[in-house]
Amino acid sequence: MTMTGFRFDMKTYKKHPLSFLFMLLVWIAAALTAAVFIAVVGYVLIKGIPQLKPSLFAWNYTTDNVSMMPAIITTVEMVGISLLIAAPLGIFCSVYLTEYAKRGNKIVKVVRLTAETLQGIPSIVYGLFGMLCFVTSLKWGYSLLAGCFTVSIMILPLIMRSTEEALKSVPDSYREGSYGLGAGKLRTVFKIVIPSAGNGILAGIILAIGRIIGETAALMYTAGTVAQLPENVFMSGRTLSIHMYQLSREGLHTDDAAATAVILLITVFALNGLAEYIAKKLDKNKL
Amino acid sequence: MTTADSISERKSDSSDFFPKPSSGRTQRFIEKGAEIIFLLCALISIAAVVIICVYIFAGGIPAIAEIGLFDFLGGQRWKPYNEPAEYGIFPMILGSLYVTGGAVAVGVPVGLLTAIFMARFCPAPLYKVLKPMINLLAGIPSIVYGLFGMIVIVPIVRNLAGGDGNCIFTAALLLGMMILPTIIGLSETAIRSVPESYYEGAVALGATHERAVGTVVFPAAKSGILAGVILGIGRAIGETMAVIMVAGNQARMPKGLFAGVRTLTANIVTEMGDAGGLHYDALVATAVVLFGFILILNLCFSVLTNKKPKEGKSK
Repeated sequence: MTMTGFRFDMKTYKKHPLSFLFMLLVWIAAALTAAVFIAVVGYVLIKGIPQLKPSLFAWNYTTDNVSMMPAIITTVEMVGISLLIAAPLGIFCSVYLTEYAKRGNKIVKVVRLTAETLQGIPSIVYGLFGMLCFVTSLKWGYSLLAGCFTVSIMILPLIMRSTEEALKSVPDSYREGSYGLGAGKLRTVFKIVIPSAGNGILAGIILAIGRIIGETAALMYTAGTVAQLPENVFMSGRTLSIHMYQLSREGLHTDDAAATAVILLITVFALNGLAEYIAKKLDKNKL
Repeated sequence: MTTADSISERKSDSSDFFPKPSSGRTQRFIEKGAEIIFLLCALISIAAVVIICVYIFAGGIPAIAEIGLFDFLGGQRWKPYNEPAEYGIFPMILGSLYVTGGAVAVGVPVGLLTAIFMARFCPAPLYKVLKPMINLLAGIPSIVYGLFGMIVIVPIVRNLAGGDGNCIFTAALLLGMMILPTIIGLSETAIRSVPESYYEGAVALGATHERAVGTVVFPAAKSGILAGVILGIGRAIGETMAVIMVAGNQARMPKGLFAGVRTLTANIVTEMGDAGGLHYDALVATAVVLFGFILILNLCFSVLTNKKPKEGKSK
């Protein structure tokens, strides 16, 4: 980082008032960004933490006690099933792109382009697609499974990108060493390349978990909004985000919505922190 | 993993499904099979895009044909419950454009200046605090932003500007905040990837630090920065939950900065639950329009990032 100009040299600034103005604007913008973070997180925490009561974690949801426990369990199930679908697909896809595809392969270009497209599609379009495809065409109805498949497609590009970066950062000497010892390509991929890239892949998966937990629009019309715990994957259930949206929408439970927001924020922040920590550990191992 | 480790491991699990180096034919068979499986997985993302397009377009385009392209896109009245029903989404298209435009007006200046700050002005200790903050800002679920808008921004706007506070202005402000991390992240990388010699040259010619950054480094990073802005716009136009909670949701022509408005995304979510027949198809057609906007933005994005690999690759 260049720190050359970072001196409040008033003499220079007097001679160059525009430079002074620019410096001022840049600092103000950064302060505003920090203020946005502090305001959003601060308000939600201040509003929500006093509302956290043990009764909000009761096992059953009733209209009197809008417990978030069923929603939490549903969210965990949703994350688990979605990862079971998306993680292998995403990882294998990246393995193909980095280990198997030859340079200049057309498929690679198309896959990259589609992954970029997938990443740009708004979650509501995913939701609509999930409704048309899984809920209506496949006749699953509003169900956990329909929601899982929808978000799996959504997080696929995320997992692909992070895995690809992780695989690329594995030094070629590892692969050469493995081949030199007589291992085949498949063995090299599973025993050498993927384990060495493990942390990077894991960091990507954790970010994907965060994305699933925060998702609302894609799940409303696929997984549905039933407040009770679904008994099987073909039943509707609401994740924590949808639970929060329903509470805030009804207008009666804004306080409980704020309490749910606290749980959501803490979970997402913890996951982000974990991903960062794992990625950092990866960097250290490199050196 | 040390060499000794890997050799002992090789001995210990020579019976698993990984082919032994010696068994020529089986090995080739398994290797080939694995490659095909990997290839199929790679093709999944292509299949996903194709299937999504097919479902959305097949669901929406017949409805557009039935309503009539001009009545649908240009119609100013959305009255699905009237007899006969009217399905004009022009108010929602305008709503989306206004709200997104407002978000750009709020988010882009602040975002770009913050990116310049992060890349060229920020003292190292402050960077360690600010950078994680911006990353976390990107991770906050949109529903939480929505709640923040509802309990904080809406009452403020209501007090200052009258009305009920659910309006274009509130939505634009909230979306502006939400696109900050996207814009800052990409722009910062773009600014950082400008060769140091540009900056040094400008300073050597007598420019102040600010002038060198503002007139030499920043313009040199413009394609990467533009890509960030486009990604931000895509995020703003596709945002649903936060907008629903603060924009008012009235399906009518926007009547000013402090009047309620409905966006394309909000139109879908609000009415999807109890729509049927042509109404339902018209909502899918709304998604077609939204999808069209997103595809155009994506196209711009990939053109920008592929044109100058020097700046664009560093996403």
